[in-house]
Amino acid sequence: MSVMSYLGAIGAAQREAMDADERVIIIGEDVEANVYGTTGGSGKSRASEGDFTQKYGRNRIRNTPISEEGIVGAAAGAAMTGLRPIVDLSYSSFLYMAMDQLVNQVAKNRYMFGGQASMPVVFRSAMFYGLNTGAHHSDRPYPMFMNVPGLKIVAPASPSDAKGLLRSAVDSDDPVLIFEACLLWGSKEDVSEEEFWTPLGVARTVQEGTDVTVVAISSSVPEALAAARTLAEEEGVSVEVIDPRTLVPLDKEAILKSVAKTGRLVIAEPAHRTCGAAAEISAMVAEEVFDSLKAPIARITAPDMQIPFSPALEKQMYPDRVKIAAAIRRTVGVAQRA
Amino acid sequence: MTLSHDELLEVQRRMLRIRKFDERASKMVKRGHIPGTVHTSIGQEAQVVGATFALQDGDYMSGNHRSHGHPIGKGAPLGPLMAELTGKAAGVCKGKGGSLHLADFAVGSLGESGIVGSSIPIATGAALSSKVLGRPTVALAFFGDGAANQGVLYESMNMAGVWNLPMIFLCENNQYALSTPAHTVTSGVIADRAAGFGIPGVRIENGQDFFAVHDAVKSAVDRARAGEGPTLIEVVTYRYNEHSEGLRLSVDYRNAEEKAEWLSRDPIVQFREALIADHGFTAEELDALDADVLREVDEAVAFSDASPFPEKSVAFDDLFTDTTYVETLSRQERAAFEQKEEVPA
Ligand SMILES: Cc1ncc(C[n+]2csc(CCOP(=O)(O)OP(=O)(O)O)c2C)c(N)n1
Ligand SMILES: [Mg+2]
Repeated sequence: MSVMSYLGAIGAAQREAMDADERVIIIGEDVEANVYGTTGGSGKSRASEGDFTQKYGRNRIRNTPISEEGIVGAAAGAAMTGLRPIVDLSYSSFLYMAMDQLVNQVAKNRYMFGGQASMPVVFRSAMFYGLNTGAHHSDRPYPMFMNVPGLKIVAPASPSDAKGLLRSAVDSDDPVLIFEACLLWGSKEDVSEEEFWTPLGVARTVQEGTDVTVVAISSSVPEALAAARTLAEEEGVSVEVIDPRTLVPLDKEAILKSVAKTGRLVIAEPAHRTCGAAAEISAMVAEEVFDSLKAPIARITAPDMQIPFSPALEKQMYPDRVKIAAAIRRTVGVAQRA
Repeated sequence: MTLSHDELLEVQRRMLRIRKFDERASKMVKRGHIPGTVHTSIGQEAQVVGATFALQDGDYMSGNHRSHGHPIGKGAPLGPLMAELTGKAAGVCKGKGGSLHLADFAVGSLGESGIVGSSIPIATGAALSSKVLGRPTVALAFFGDGAANQGVLYESMNMAGVWNLPMIFLCENNQYALSTPAHTVTSGVIADRAAGFGIPGVRIENGQDFFAVHDAVKSAVDRARAGEGPTLIEVVTYRYNEHSEGLRLSVDYRNAEEKAEWLSRDPIVQFREALIADHGFTAEELDALDADVLREVDEAVAFSDASPFPEKSVAFDDLFTDTTYVETLSRQERAAFEQKEEVPA
């Protein structure tokens, strides 16, 4: 074990994957100079030990032009013909530039061609919300891609998961989009230095509880945990916190079982409300375990509004511990103590 | 580059296969035997086979909606292609692709594309994997004059150029994108655009001449295989049929004179004449080939007829390699998959 940051864990997983398989390449803008911090060595300079370009060479560390559509398409073609690319798309709003390739080629090719293609490619992108980067850089677009059959969607919320899920994504023969939260980049915990793989499609019960289930996604996970702590201390409410980790495939069983046990559900995620992951999970719970519900389902999401620049305006847009705690109180029917 | 007697015969066979296959497909669309529509390559056979015949086994290609010629030109068997057009279980894509999305990986066909321009970077990626893995293979992207105005082409040409990838960009300039004449929407000459990327650009004015196309593509393929990078080739050609079968436009965007002029330079007739005049072929042997290809197309249709339609459950196969995904679908979705009555609410 060693203490690793979320970003450091991603770098470690990339290094392990590059070492494990010659067919793995990293392709993206500014990856050579390690601008986004996941292709570097121990120090800041190119000479530091472990720098990816030094270690693996330019054949496997492909610094690209600013051509997202071309990059994504070329990565797809490369994956169909023997490589296992990790594509670093940097900001997740840049995925829109490559929408055609992601939706029409990456997601559809295997299916359309009757299983002739396999598409072992990982698209990593960072969601820069909450960092005053304004509307063009603050997106959380993962629900849009949940709507595209053929893409696996991952949103790690801890350093261990960032590492283990990335290894599984690289080893998957199917395309995986990983949405990383910049707000979590600096979060730290003990992470195994050994190789490990966190399976796709398996939720993590972050904390067990009996009164209410909180399904939290991405940076909402630490906020939900903080809310749970407050409620346990102040109101004696026992909160179960579940992090789905993978949104496609979604570990429906874990969520349904938990809600069947607690009878109450709060869902927190940083994406927009309409057709978000929270909407999907709400519908699933209502369809499958309606009889277990003791209270209406509550969603804490970003509103259906663009993200404003000013810190004074942006802060209120996402789920935080206060909003999540308030939703839990409403759901379990306790009033906040004065 | 001289081709042997057998190779020349094979060229004519493949051009005839495209012609006869597409003529048959056209009829089948009109009779309702093929669902939806098809886009034929009739008139463009020399352009297609001139390119595919310059490739080797193991080389890759991607294509577009005018899709049957490419795999046929690369040597794909006709039966599974025809069965795909009819939506049958024995289709090359198990009935999930149809005419617009043919792919036959066995001959390096990585997929045709219903989205204009969208498959170009797929070939770029195949060229990239050849390069990274040190394989001697090359990749060729077929696209139309219409697709030549999609931005992704230039992203791909730039990457192929700067990375010196073993790739051929092959523009099938049949002079129209659906109803739109290329010159009315295209600034400058398509082949000249290569210069901006520092790669060779070649324009074949007579794309009805197999030899002209083949020579140009062969030298581009040789360059690519030798590690000398990509080439853009623009082949001027003409489609005889309407953009897609069954389409009837009230505006006559191509005039009769123009059409007659191109019909007088038919690629298959020209090639046949050249085989007899310059390559020692007899009319009898080429007549026998015509008959043989007609028989092949009959057999392809019989193959398709003999195949059942796919089981309903096949709709739920092959989204992912990981088959456990289907279990994560909701009860309602699974009911359809299992062909059972939906769980009553
Ligand atoms: C992105 C996209 N835009 C528009 C269309 C509709 N469309 C299909 S084929 C076509 C014309 C394509 O022309 P060209 O690339 O020259 O190929 P050709 O049909 O002439 O072989 C159009 C407009 C499409 N399929 N995809
Ligand atoms: Mg055209």
